[in-house]
Parts: sequence; C-alpha cells; structure tokens
Amino acid sequence: MTGAIQFDPIRLSPEAQELRREVRAFIADEIASGGFDPAAAPLDDGFDPDFSRRVGARGWIGMTWPKKYGGAERSFLERYVVTEEMRAVGAPVRAHFTADRQSGPVLMKYASEDIKLDILPRITRGECCFCIGMSEPNSGSDLFAAQAKATKTADGFVLNGTKVWTTNAHNSDYMIGLFRTSPPTEDNRRHGLSQFLVDLKRPGIEINGIRSMAGGDEFNEVVFTDCLIPADHLLGEIDGAWKQATAELAYERSGPERFLETFGVLVELARTLGPEPDARGAEGLGRLVAQLHTLRRMSVSVNGMLEAGKEPTLEGSIVKDLGTIWQQALPGRARDLAALADPVTGDRANFDVILPYALKIAPKLTIQGGTTEVLRGIIARGLGLR
Amino acid sequence: MAPSASVACDGSHGNRPFLSGRRIYDCRHVYTILKGAMTDTDNIIVDTTQRMFRDLADPQTLNLAADDGWKDVLWTALEESGLTLAWVPDDLGGAGAGMDDGFQVLRVAGAHAVAVPLAETLLAGWLLARAGIASPAGRMSVASGLSLANGKLSGTARGVPMAADCAHLAVLADGPDGPHVVLVETSSCQLDVSPGLAGDGMATVTMEDVTPVAMAAASNRVSAEDLSLMGAAVRAHQMAGALEAVLGVAVDYAKERQAFGKPIAKFQAVQHGLARLAGETAAATAAAGSAADTLHNAETFDDAVFLEVASAKIRAGEAAGEGAAIAHQVLGAIGFTEEHVLQRYTRRLWAWRDDFGSESEWALKLGQRIAAGGADDLWPLVASR
Repeated sequence: MTGAIQFDPIRLSPEAQELRREVRAFIADEIASGGFDPAAAPLDDGFDPDFSRRVGARGWIGMTWPKKYGGAERSFLERYVVTEEMRAVGAPVRAHFTADRQSGPVLMKYASEDIKLDILPRITRGECCFCIGMSEPNSGSDLFAAQAKATKTADGFVLNGTKVWTTNAHNSDYMIGLFRTSPPTEDNRRHGLSQFLVDLKRPGIEINGIRSMAGGDEFNEVVFTDCLIPADHLLGEIDGAWKQATAELAYERSGPERFLETFGVLVELARTLGPEPDARGAEGLGRLVAQLHTLRRMSVSVNGMLEAGKEPTLEGSIVKDLGTIWQQALPGRARDLAALADPVTGDRANFDVILPYALKIAPKLTIQGGTTEVLRGIIARGLGLR
Repeated sequence: MAPSASVACDGSHGNRPFLSGRRIYDCRHVYTILKGAMTDTDNIIVDTTQRMFRDLADPQTLNLAADDGWKDVLWTALEESGLTLAWVPDDLGGAGAGMDDGFQVLRVAGAHAVAVPLAETLLAGWLLARAGIASPAGRMSVASGLSLANGKLSGTARGVPMAADCAHLAVLADGPDGPHVVLVETSSCQLDVSPGLAGDGMATVTMEDVTPVAMAAASNRVSAEDLSLMGAAVRAHQMAGALEAVLGVAVDYAKERQAFGKPIAKFQAVQHGLARLAGETAAATAAAGSAADTLHNAETFDDAVFLEVASAKIRAGEAAGEGAAIAHQVLGAIGFTEEHVLQRYTRRLWAWRDDFGSESEWALKLGQRIAAGGADDLWPLVASR
C-alpha cells in the first residue's frame, strides 16, 4: 500500500449550508430579474461587472480574506459553497473570479501593504478585474521558457514582450504576469523569472483580441513595449517566481469550476430524458451523477484538508485531472444519451441550446490552467516516478 | 444462538468498546496504548488490522502457499481480536465497533486480497443485529430472496459469496407477515459452488424447509435494499483497498523494471498510465470513504445514503476495471502469471464489482431516482452535504 493518497470525508458545516440558502436566494433573484439565464450559453463569456458588484455587496468576493482588506474572514469551505452554487447555474462570475481565486491571494502574500490596502478592498467590492499573464507565443505548458522581459531601471522595471491567451485582458484593470529578469542558470532552468503586478492602463501596453472557436472574445494577445512599472510592483523574490507556487495551487486545481463548467448540460439531459427514461437513458444518467458526486466529494475533501492545514497537493492535481476530463466528456456523453430520448415525455428545448455551446468550449477544458499532460507529469512526480 | 463464552463482553469498556476485553493479536504494546488513550482508537484498529494481515496474510506468501492452512490461522486471529464481529453490539456477542471502523478494516482487508469471509461475516453480523439476533462464532455469509413459511426457509439464492467456507448464513427472507432475518446452518442447505472470478467460491444456495437456528421479524429495521446498500458499501471498500495495493505494486514494478536501458517509470507513457491509475484509485477511495462516513452518521437509509453508496459502488467498480487494465499493462507478461501477486487483486476487483449490484445495476436505479426527482432537483441532491 502506498498510503500516499488521502481524501478525508469532509462535510460542510451548518453555517456553510445556511450560506448556501442565501446564495440560492440571491441567484433566484438574479435569474428572475433577467441577470442571466442558466439554460442558455453565457452572454459575453460570463463577464458582467454589474453582477460582480452585486456579489461583492453581499460579501462573497475575497470572503476568506482579512477584514482590513475588505474580506469577511470566512472559511474556505464557505467560499466553496458560494463558488459551486454560482458555477452550477453558470452565473457570470468572470469579472471577479480570477481575482477572487488567484490574484488576490498572490497579492496578499507578496505585495506591499500599500498595494494591498489599495487593491484588495476594490476586488472584494467587485470593482477590480484581474487577468493572468503566463503563456507566450513560444511558451505555454513549458512555463519556464517565458521570454517577455522586465528590465530594472532607476525608475522601476521596463516590460517588453508578448503574452498570449490572456483571458479577459481587455476587460481587466490589472495583470499578474511572469517576466524574465535573468537568464536561467545551468543547473536551474526555472531560475530567472519574476512575478509582477501590472496596471493595464499604463502606456506601452497593446491588447489585441483573439476570437475563440466557440465564438467568444475572452482571449487576448498583450504586447508590452517599453512599459514602465514601479519597482514595488515586483511580487516576491526577484528571479524566484518558481518558488512561489504554493499551497494555493491546490485550491486553484481542486475547485468546483474544475468539473462544473458544462454542468448545465447534465441538468438539461435530465429534462430531456423526462421522469421515466428507458434503461439506457436512466443508466447513463445514473453513471454521470455517480461520477459527478465522486468528483465533488474529492473536491470538497481537498478544500477541507487545506482548511485543516494539510497539504493535499497530489490530491488537488488528481481532482483537476479527473474533473476536467469528465466535464470535457460530458457534452458528448449527454449527446449520446439524448439521441434516443422520447421527444414526447422529455423536453429538450434547453438542451439543444446549451449542448452546442458546451461542445464548442469542451476542448479548452483540459488545456487551460495546466494541460492534462502537465498534470499527469505532476501526479507521476507525486508517485515518485520522476 | 447465544454467543460463545470466549467472545462475551467484559462490560468494562469506555465509550469505544471495540477490542476492549479481547486479546489483540500479538500486540501487547498496542493494547497498552489502547487502554491509555481511548481517543485514538481509529488508528489503532487500522494499525492492528494492518499488522495482523501483514504477519498472517502477506499476499506474496499466500500466493505461493502450498495449501490453505493459513486461512484457519488468519481467521482465528481475526476472530480472537473481535474484528469479525465488528458491527455486532456487545450485547449480541460482538465488538460494537463503529460503522466507520468496520469499513476501515475492510479497506485494509481489500489491500491484502484475503480469501477468508471477513467482509461477509461483518455483513452477516450487521444483518442479524438489525433484527436483534446474536451472532454465532465462526464464518458467515449473507443471502436474500428466500421465502419463509411455517417457520421454515425455502427457495434459491444465487451468487452467495464464499458460502461453502461458512458455518452459518444470515438470510433476509420474505415471510407471510413481512421480511424476516433468519440465521441458518450452511450444512442444512444445498450448495452448488462455482469458483467465480475471484476463485473464492460463489454458491447457489438451495433450501427446502430448512429449520432456522434463529429468526426475527425485520420490521422496519432492515430491507432488501438496505442489505444491498451495505453489501455495496462493503465491496466498494474492498475494491478501494485492493486498488491502493495495485497502485503500490505497479509503481514499485515500474521503478525496478529496466527496459531500453532505464527503469520503465522514466517513460512518459508509463508515467501517464500510472497517473491515471492513481486517479482511479483516488476516486474509489474518496467515494468509498464518503459513503462510509455517511452510513456511520446516518439514522436511516435515506436519499443521501442511496446517492453516496450507489455512487461509491459505481465509481469504485469503474475504477476496478480501469485500474486493473492499467496495472496489467504496466506489469506486462509477469503480471499475467499465477505466481505474481497482481492477479490476486485484479481477479477480486473484477469479482467484487459484480457483487451486491454491478455498476450498471446501481446506475440504473440511481438514474431512475434522479429522473423521477426532476432536472431541477439534481443539483440540490448532489450538493446536499
């Protein structure tokens, strides 16, 4: 027995379930007032700053953060509940989600107190959107091949180079980006990259949209030409960004967004199959729900273990690997099961709207935020194979 | 039937009676710790079980054993430790352990692929206890689908695991005034035994006016579906344990086996296969563990229990199929031999996924429930806890 993989059976607290009721009531109001339609493909790729402000007003952005930065000092499992309720209905969270999940925690850890007091409260109010500048034209999964440069000058750092596939850059106030500050060393090719906070309103930045095959315009190319940023916008150790991937990665990898991106298809499949499906439909639906339930329990478990101070990094990678593959396969499997559904007893109007969208976004689900191949390499390392 | 004197409870236990008043297999120092720190018994039960299996049921040793003599030695140790009746309360002759502890024991047992009816006896003891019937000493299995008339059992039960090895069968029978839990001696039944995928023996049990040793109305305390759910949860744990062991076997082999001048673990294709095996193992252990926790805390077999247990059996069963295939591919020809330990696990994984309802059977039932509940109740059910 390896004993290396552990998933504690974590349950959500009564407080978290009370919060769930509040979030559901909020969502019901939003749907009723036309804020969004859970049975339709999200408009503008789910980017809606007004919605984000209303979520912020409820205290549900940065909700685990310290109160002095605008947070609510609530638990990660409470944040989990908010995230999964939003994802389950396809709520337009894109204007705040990146900052809430990733950028805020990075600032919390590495930014100066002035920057934290300036930016974090704005994030929690849903007024400040972030994007992540990692990939470049010649550097994707191989993150440490990044070429975009930050050159130290008397006034700060000067940025030159190009980031690409930058989701939401055109709507964002800030980027947290990875830039080369030194060449890699012979014995450590990860050396030489640094993380920076970049105000996207500064001169020297050109943002060009890239339309995706799904019809969305969330992708961008971001070109930096002699863009000067202040010295204190360096986040963490110079040349040492590779050390700064920490426990937060497990949160990023194991959240409910890693298996709920196409969940609407499953709900509409159930509607399509109707109350008394034949054996094929029922068996297929049952399997999908069993798989979803298992993923959710794994995901809740990782979040609960993180909250308890454990470091389930291998488990987090496994959740992302299994979860992203499942949500990618879901539209195709639902399509198969819906094909023979009885059109009289079932209602497939919504299904026919949401399925094409889900099929079109499916390819990206095992690429964004770390490909399947990269994840499996990480898991293999966790098993001691590399 | 009254419990034998040797398993009578000493009555001096604290709030965690498990193992108290009994001899723990060759672990006097553990026993001392148990007395001194009752709060940490979860780990001690697992540690004790692991130690016992390691010493008496090392899979490689069993695989090469000339005869089945080891079975009696292991069984005696398990029985004397109280593990075989973990789910039977003290006053019915058992150890009175928690549901969660019993499942942990079964996960360890699965990781050793043992061919003794520990899981079946645990389950039988649980079934008997639901109707207030004391458990006898010795090995037991469970059966259902038989009929009770005029105080005698008749009918045929198919796929009764390891029945030929068991002195008693705990039966959930249909009676004229509702279901009854019935204890019978196996010797009074007719057994038609086939080896089954696992090679552990699977019997078709036929009874003709068999006189029970004990019987009691099940009332509302246990139904055929409850028994299926418990059996499914039991097998899910054995599969999770076996997959953990298979992952260990495959990873170790990949690190040792050299091909093309380096350990095969260095090849990306092999790494990714093993990463998938780890994922399947993780899914099985997480789903099974969550189901156990739910059963441990549940007062009735409600919708949440159904979702948890059905999902665990489905997902662990899927993982069994996927995981066994990956492990065999990694081990190549040696894994296909009788002398290698891998087949002890993979044949049982294939057998266990069929017992107490296959993936397809549970998925059908679960899907029908979800469909009947309607599309808009799907998420509230999944996110109920």
